Amino acid sequence: MSVLEIENMTAFYSDFQALFGVSLNIKKGETVAAIGANGAGKSTFLRSITGLVKNNADTFLYNGETLTGKVASDIVGLGIAMVPEGRKLFPSLSVEENLIIGAYQQRPGNWTLDRVYQMFPKLEQRKDIAGTALSGGEQQMVAIGRALMSNPDMLLCDELSLGLAPIIIKDIYSALPSIKAEGVSLLVVEQDINQALEIADRIYCFQEGRISLTGKPEDLTKDQIATAYFGISYD
Amino acid sequence: MTDYSENTNVTSYKVVRSTPASRIGSVIGFILFIILVSLPNWGDRATIRLFVEIFYILSLAQMWNLLAGYGGLVSVGQQAFIGLGGYMLFIITINFGFGAIWAIPLSGIICAFISLPIAFLVFRLRGHYFAIGTWVVAEVFLLGFAQIPSLGGGSGKSLPIAIVKAISDTRAGRDAAIYWTALFVVVSTIAIVYLLLRSRHGLALTAIRDSEEASNSLGVDNFKAKLLVYIFAAFGTAAIGALIFLTKLRISPSAAFDINWTTTVIFIVVIGGIGTIEGPILGTIIYFLLREPLSDFGTWYLILLGATAVIVMLKAPQGIWGIITHRFDLRFFPVQRRLHLKLDE
Amino acid sequence: MIEWANTIVQGILTGGLYAMFASGLAIIFGVMRLVNITHGDLIVLAAFIAMVVIETTGFNPFLSLIIVLPIMFVIGYMLQRGILNYTLGDDLLPPLLVTFGLSIVIQNVLLEVFSADSQRLKAGAIETSSIQLVDGLSIGIFPLITLVTAIAMIVGLQQLFNLTRLGRAFRATSDDATTAQLMGINHRHIFGLAMGLALGLVAIAGVLMAVRSNFDPSIGPTKLLYAFEAVIIGGLGSLWGTLVGGIILGVAQNIGAKIDPGWQILAGHIAFLIVLVFKPNGLFPRTRDD
Repeated sequence: MSVLEIENMTAFYSDFQALFGVSLNIKKGETVAAIGANGAGKSTFLRSITGLVKNNADTFLYNGETLTGKVASDIVGLGIAMVPEGRKLFPSLSVEENLIIGAYQQRPGNWTLDRVYQMFPKLEQRKDIAGTALSGGEQQMVAIGRALMSNPDMLLCDELSLGLAPIIIKDIYSALPSIKAEGVSLLVVEQDINQALEIADRIYCFQEGRISLTGKPEDLTKDQIATAYFGISYD
Repeated sequence: MTDYSENTNVTSYKVVRSTPASRIGSVIGFILFIILVSLPNWGDRATIRLFVEIFYILSLAQMWNLLAGYGGLVSVGQQAFIGLGGYMLFIITINFGFGAIWAIPLSGIICAFISLPIAFLVFRLRGHYFAIGTWVVAEVFLLGFAQIPSLGGGSGKSLPIAIVKAISDTRAGRDAAIYWTALFVVVSTIAIVYLLLRSRHGLALTAIRDSEEASNSLGVDNFKAKLLVYIFAAFGTAAIGALIFLTKLRISPSAAFDINWTTTVIFIVVIGGIGTIEGPILGTIIYFLLREPLSDFGTWYLILLGATAVIVMLKAPQGIWGIITHRFDLRFFPVQRRLHLKLDE
Repeated sequence: MIEWANTIVQGILTGGLYAMFASGLAIIFGVMRLVNITHGDLIVLAAFIAMVVIETTGFNPFLSLIIVLPIMFVIGYMLQRGILNYTLGDDLLPPLLVTFGLSIVIQNVLLEVFSADSQRLKAGAIETSSIQLVDGLSIGIFPLITLVTAIAMIVGLQQLFNLTRLGRAFRATSDDATTAQLMGINHRHIFGLAMGLALGLVAIAGVLMAVRSNFDPSIGPTKLLYAFEAVIIGGLGSLWGTLVGGIILGVAQNIGAKIDPGWQILAGHIAFLIVLVFKPNGLFPRTRDD
């Protein structure tokens, strides 16, 4: 059964159309990666799901409930959390406060401050300093922990690897399996194709606001992906 | 959007600014100008005085619009320069013997210099705080001028009859002279703002208004451009202030530095349409049309104006003129350049 | 000598009231990045509401706050959600011009309803009682209450902002309203609450002002300027700064008035301009991580 079911979604930034009829579904516990070039509409799509970008869709269901017309702050309460692109920690809040504010809606669940600290022990040592004083990788950990604190059923991750060193990216991505183990569905936007292929059960490739390719990583050839990604073939 | 690139060729193009409306507008404008110039020959005294008031309010509105609508400098303290200009007229005519008409531009120039140290202060405040900072400066002048005994302190001063008589011996002659001066002020204000906005500086200003960050990266010197606008608006506003108190013949700090000058002007510009030259003209017409029938209602008139300005800002921030241009693509003062392509089908 | 000491002490006590005006303005700016030009008129509005409450119930001014404060909170919440939320964004013009227009509307509605007559709230003997410290130097009980209230207000606000769930939401929304929504924070509601809170402070400030001095519908802008000057002198974003700013303003005004009554308000403005020249970011500018 699909947790998230989207048919024919369109979205606009004022006069500029960013999504042209995107359809996608995610099953419970599944990890789906959205790949594509810069400006292909991946981030807009994530922001549409969270309600930050106004959108239209024939079907937009989450656990059978429609999300159309819901405001962002209510969608979090239904169990969709997002790790935004660029981390976006709150500069006025300490590390711990940044985590606590993730639980603002007080949704019941297994994730607590202690569990986040268990997952990212570095953060506990630095819990009282300003979130934005951390290194990029540590900030990403806070951003993930903050999203988990809302006890989501579905976690949207926007460009987790952006601006981070390869070794730190590995660190960050190693946290995903334990989140998945909780039954959380993951929708990961990633420019790093290899990283995406490695973790995803299925991928969707975005190109100019449309889905150009979808399938299981093992079923897709490099050439298919390159064509779908860049819109050109190597041939 | 139509894509012309594939099966049509652009054989020629030109960048144009004039629009059909602007060409018709210039004909109408010229006829209107002739009528207005001749008004002292056929209008009665009350009409002449009403038009003088319309002219100086419209000039003030253009100045404030240049400052806020184009320069992004939202000042609620322009009454500082109205008052300064007024007092300057009194000082240079009484103490230095200048003729009253010539004292008007001279007051503007002196106040442009005074505006430099003021800019040094208020430019330290950013955005919203700039607005209130300018208000504090105006209050300082209001309270400060009340402390100067030679200018009559808080009760103010009258313009000696000799100075008034020097303009013209007859009352009709004075009325006509002041009327033509006011007409000259309003026409030149609109012309200068129009030419300024069409110039390279105008482009820079529009760039700043539309995106401070982007214009910075384009190498537009925001600070310098804004400072120039501020000083120019100080010059214009002070000259208009000098004209206003020449018509009133009496000045006092509470009349000269009255926040209501700025309130009126803000309402006119916002309701008419901020960031256009036509907007303040339309706003001034609406203001005077409503004022005559509603003047008996005093406070209710202000409540109505305030509420209208709030609603316009919320629902149609481009003002009534914005609604009109949106619907009819009408521009009498085309500031923007348009690309006209000639297509070879 | 003792005369000057007295002038300064009275100035400090006056500063308490200005700090109270300023803290509401500081919160509105801190959370919404909005400079509310109606602030002074809302102080006057609170005073008039208190006057009506006192006339109908016979309460003393302090007790009237149990009615005036909730009314002002609701007005603030509705003002923010009904009007001001629609002005927020990158463009500076809408919030400034909308609050400017509202300011004129409020002033003239008050004028229409209550006339231009000067009013005052009566609090009884407490208005005039004082403690004599030494000969020639005494502290009025009521000004002292005002100053202590201002300090209590600032301490309370700091606790609220630093230690509570609502306070975190205020700070997070102020930092980044978009990301705050991803935390499940409804920024529009939070802005409404912040304005409600600010007008709650305005209610207290308005009632205390109305006991201390005469008021009429036209004095709002002056109070706005005092609040604004105290905020800038203190440094944007610093609540304790607003107290210092208020006190500097109060002292400057009292010294000015002592030299010449005409110089009272002028001296306050000049103190502000001097701070602006030498310390454009105020005396206690907020650093990013405090």
